[in-house]
This record gives sequence, structure tokens and C-alpha cells, in this order.
Amino acid sequence: MKIQIKGGRVVDPASGTDKVQDVFITAGKVAAVGKAPEGFHANRVIDAAGMVVCPGLVDLSVRLREPGYEYKATLESEMAAAVAGGVTSLVCPPDTDPPLDEPGLVEMLKHRARNLNQAHVYPLGALTQGLKGERLTEMAELFDAGCVAFSQADVPLNDNQVLFRALQYATTFGYPVWLRPRDAGLAGGGVAHDGQVATRLGLPPIPVVAETVALSTILLLARETGARVHLCRLSSAEGVEMVRQAKSFGINVTCDVSANHVHLSETDIGYFDSNCHLVPPLRSQRDRDGLRRGIEDGTIDAICSDHTPVDDDAKQLPFGESEAGATGLELLLALILKWADESRVPLQAALARVTSAPARILGIDTGRMAAGDDADICIFDPGLRWKVEPAKLKSQGRNTPFSGYELKGRVRYTLVGGHVVFEG
Amino acid sequence: MAYNPQLNANGELQHLLTIEGLPREIIVSILDTAHSFLSVAEREVKKVPLLRGKSVFNLFFESSTRTRTTFEIAAKRLSADVINLNVGTSSQSKGETLLDTVANLSAMHADMFVVRHAQSGAAHLIARHVAPYIHVINAGDGRHAHPTQGLLDMFTIRHYKKEFSNLRVAVVGDVLHSRVARSQIHALTTLGVPEVRVIGPRTLLPTNVSELGVQVYHDMAQGLKDVDVVIMLRLQNERMNGALLPSAQEFFKYYGLTPEKLALAKPGAIVMHPGPMNRGVEIDSSVADGRQSVILPQVTFGIAVRMAVMSILAGNT
Repeated sequence: MKIQIKGGRVVDPASGTDKVQDVFITAGKVAAVGKAPEGFHANRVIDAAGMVVCPGLVDLSVRLREPGYEYKATLESEMAAAVAGGVTSLVCPPDTDPPLDEPGLVEMLKHRARNLNQAHVYPLGALTQGLKGERLTEMAELFDAGCVAFSQADVPLNDNQVLFRALQYATTFGYPVWLRPRDAGLAGGGVAHDGQVATRLGLPPIPVVAETVALSTILLLARETGARVHLCRLSSAEGVEMVRQAKSFGINVTCDVSANHVHLSETDIGYFDSNCHLVPPLRSQRDRDGLRRGIEDGTIDAICSDHTPVDDDAKQLPFGESEAGATGLELLLALILKWADESRVPLQAALARVTSAPARILGIDTGRMAAGDDADICIFDPGLRWKVEPAKLKSQGRNTPFSGYELKGRVRYTLVGGHVVFEG
Repeated sequence: MAYNPQLNANGELQHLLTIEGLPREIIVSILDTAHSFLSVAEREVKKVPLLRGKSVFNLFFESSTRTRTTFEIAAKRLSADVINLNVGTSSQSKGETLLDTVANLSAMHADMFVVRHAQSGAAHLIARHVAPYIHVINAGDGRHAHPTQGLLDMFTIRHYKKEFSNLRVAVVGDVLHSRVARSQIHALTTLGVPEVRVIGPRTLLPTNVSELGVQVYHDMAQGLKDVDVVIMLRLQNERMNGALLPSAQEFFKYYGLTPEKLALAKPGAIVMHPGPMNRGVEIDSSVADGRQSVILPQVTFGIAVRMAVMSILAGNT
């Protein structure tokens, strides 16, 4: 199959390209950008006039809910959602049921995903058996089965000696460790940022120190062990400042933030809107501004959707009893564009946060589209306005704080390995 | 937060969920209506027919004797049919969700739900999902709000002090976990009390509590000085020994209301408590039973205030 993507604005942050030109695809790869290769005859021409052609998005946190939570979502529904959102590579955390702590589970997941022939799935292996924070998993076996890094997801690891050993062991083999900084004791039974909204609404609070205390532990252990640590879902301005300093001291860390936290703050909870019950909690406007500054100056490397499908029954409960999380795959691109608009970030720099930067964190050759690269491509209409209507989402998770928002920018085509896997 | 979920399109009270955001006029009209109901209790036939033929469901997901009883008495004096459900011990333990329980009771043609729940926001959730003719009264949700308690406290203060605009009011104790305190603070600031104080150790005061419009004190002697009203809060048993407080004894020594500490307030200051009291923990018996205590009148006024809220809601259809 030879495809010509014609007349689109090609934005490839990895190569610094931003120009209206054609893209030529042969045998699953980008054959050329700009001039047609000799003797190229397209089987299909995609008219991309007025559209942006960029590398497929790389999303660092997508819960597919398999195995174990098929009533919340299935691989089929979420992979369809991924490509509808222009996401061609995604990382799934290990907090399934059972957790991804055995090679067989990982192989099964990879196999099922491959058969669907849509986005590429990169699982995170569990850092400890059953995510219990006690015994290490067989990391080398899990890596061979297809895990790209190791993580506790949102499950606390209370024993710092276990964390220390886990980092040492992972570093023996050069495996990265992904951690979300959260001190379980300080987070207590909290459900909302310890600020004016939680005080007014009487919601059990999660203070910023729950993040920063854990962060200081992780940063010190990362320095001590030399481990390659990726910090997941920062939520506070102070946390960003700590990472900024750690990076300036040469500590080997990267970090990401969820698109929800780039846009929302505690006040969006309004009158107990459980769609805004997220992990980590939405913090103050000051924190949100701090996160944005962190993205702009590169302290925060990547933005992810933190896609977490939750069934309606688990959301239609009092705020504190509702399950945390929001659907996000199909909103990620539009939310990135909205942030770029508001913060006056050039399109190329904005797209870097969801393409080349997360690919670099993963250490995988994706998130770019020069000649010779895999043809994982997203083509979107940057000016198309659409209203977020949960019932129309492909994801089985219908809960989003952005329900009813009018967003700009919609995916029209998604290509994976040179095949058109989505047309909208 | 553009809309107020407890007001209908005409700006009238549709549900009573929290005092925060309630217009002053509505609060005053509830207090005035309650005043007119005071005399009902003194009649030989203690009933008025305002809610005749209506069904009021007392839906208590958390146990309560006093609040449930006063709501029941209030509804019966308004001639309503009252159905009491201790849901904590029935459907919820069988796995039924909150909204399913409410839907089932709605199918039994409820007109009004009086709801108590351990989770903040439960009453809002129910109000969002009931049919438009059903009214919801929040009888306490988690740490969030207990609006009828706040209103009866305002009724009590008005009864003894007449005016709000010249008062100093202190709220003492476990503000962090108290839905009563939050409702009182919103009511006091809305009614124009110029100085509302909260007094307690740092572990029992919420972060940024001053943003609710109160002054923060950690010392009883300073905090009680020259106040007109002292409101003591209940300290739950499970919070007396642990990371929040070392012991009930130490709490009583520093924050319990004794005659000596009360002497720092204005001579005619009144002492209030939402009940049930822990004598010797937050309040000394000689104060609780003393001349300045208005704790029992609070209970009596509570019935009139709850009658007022129910009759006003029933009238706004």
C-alpha cells in the first residue's frame, strides 16, 4: 500500500519540520517527505489541505482495563478510542487485575493488542509482586516479555528500603522506573487538594506535602542509585520546582503531567462534580500555573491523557466514594492545542510534548516522521470546533470533566504502520 | 459554579443543601417563619395542616437520634406522613447504591427527602437526580454542611441577641471535621456578624479556614475575650486519642469551656452546643447546665426551624 498525504502542514518536532508539503508512504514506512521518491505511484491519496500532519501521538498513561476490569473498558473499545484520538503508541500501567507482574500476562496483553492492529501498546511491568510493595518482580523476564519500564502505578510503596532495592535492581539492567510521588500516610484518606475548595466542601484533604515529601525521597534515591526515574503526574508548583532543581543538579529524571491538570484546578469541582475526582487531585490555580511554566521551560517533559475509563456506577456516588479518573484519549490532542493557544506555545513545541518527548522517555523509535521512520501518523483539522459529548466517545469510559466543552482540533486520519486505522 | 443547585428558576428554595450561597432574604424568611411556628407547640393540638397528604422520607445513612427525631416531629406537626428509614442497616448493606435507594423511594411517591450521609456532597448528588417536584433537605453530609442546625443556631442567637450586626461569635473545637461549624460560619457571615472567630488547636482547624471569613485563634483566653456568643463543637470519640490530639484531658484543659474561661466573654454571653455533648471534654457540666447555657432552647427552636424549612420548600413547587 502506497499512500500520498497531499498538501498538509507537516509538523515534525523531532526534525524541526514545519512546512506545507507531501508525505509519501511505502511498506509501512515514511518513504519521503517533500518530493516523491522515484517511481512512486500512490494507491491512495489523502487530501490534507488545511490540515496538520504530525507523528502519531505517544501517550504515557492509558488504562486499558484489561485484564480484570472489562466492565469498565476493553482492549477493543480503548484501542479504537486511541486511534480516534490520533494516539498511535501508548503506555499502560500495571494496575490491572491481576497486576502485570508475570511475563505470561504481558505476553497475552501484547498479543491481544497486536491482533487488533491499531495503536502500539507498551506495558509497564509491576515493580513489586502484586504491586504490594514487598517483593521485587522478575524484571528481566518481564522486560523480555515486552515491558518497557517498571512501576507501582498509583499503589503506594511504603517501605523505602524496598524502593531503594527496586531502583538498584532495575538499574542493574538499565531499566527505567516510573513512579508517582505520593506519600500514602500524608495523603491519608484524602480525595481533594488541601485548599479552599476542600475546606468549603468538607472533603478530606490531600496536602501538597504528600507529593513533595515522596518526591524528595525518590529524587534522593535516584541520585544515590543512578536509576533512570520517570516521575508520573506531577500536580503541584512546588513539586515542579523540586524537579527543576534536581535536573539542574544532574539527577537523571524525566516527568510528565496529565492534560487534565494543565487545564483544571480545584475550583472545577464546583458542587461535588465527581468527574473532577482525579488522582492526583486537581490543585490550586497557582499550582496549575506552575505546571504550565514547568512544561514551557522543559522541566516537565511530556503531557499524557492519563486515560482512566470508569463505569458510570462508580462515578454516580458521593464525591469521596466515587472512583477517581477520567476518560482522555480522544481529548488529548484538542487539550494540547487549547493549552498551546492559551499559553502562546508554537504548534511544533506543543506537539513535541505528545510525540518526540514521550518517545524519548520511552527510548523507542517513534513520535517522529522523517524518511525511514515507521508511518505512524496523525492528520488533524486544527480549526474544527467540536463539542465534547461523552455519549459519542469511542472509549467505554464516558466520564470527563470536559463534558460540554467546545474544543478546537479534531483528528481526521490516523495511520499506524502505513495503514489507515481511523478516518473521522 | 454559575448556578445554585438549591434554588429554582424563580430564585426560590427548591432544596436545602447548604447555607453557603443562600441569599440573606431566604435565611431571614426561614427564621421569621420559624418564629410563627413556635406557638404551635404550645397549643393543645400541636398540628397545622400545611403538609397534609405529603410524604416525608427520613433517609438516614448514618445513625442519628436527635436530628431524625426533630425532623420527624416537625413533619408530623405539619401533618405530613413520615417514613423513617435507617438505610445504613438495610439496603446499603445489601449493596444497593445511594441513587438506586432514592429511585426506589421516589417510586413510592415521596414528596420530600431528609437525608443524612457520612459523605460530603451526598445530598447534592441526590438533589441532582430526583424528579423536579421532590425536595431534598440535607440533614448532615460528611464534614460539609448541616444547614438546619446552622439555621436553628441563628434562630437561637437572634432570639437572645436580637441583632446580628453588632456581635462577636466564637466557634470552638473540632472545626476540621464539623459540618455544623461550616454551616454556622456561612450563616453568621451572610447575616452580617462582623466578627466570627474559630478557636482550636492547629490539628482541628482546616487549611485556609480564614478564607471562610473567620479569624483564627489557638488560645481560648484570647479567642473568648469579649465575645457575645460561644458555640462549642462536639469532639468525636475517635479523635480524642491519636495523631490529632493526645488526650481528651489535655483538650479539656486547653479548649474545654469552664466557668473561668467563660468569664472572659461578655457578661451576657450565651453558650451553645449542637449536641450531643461530651461533658468534661469540650464543656464543663456547670457551664452546660448554667445560667448562660441555651443548649436546650436550641433543641426546641430546632423543631420550629425544621417546620419552617419544610413548609417553605413544600410551598415552592
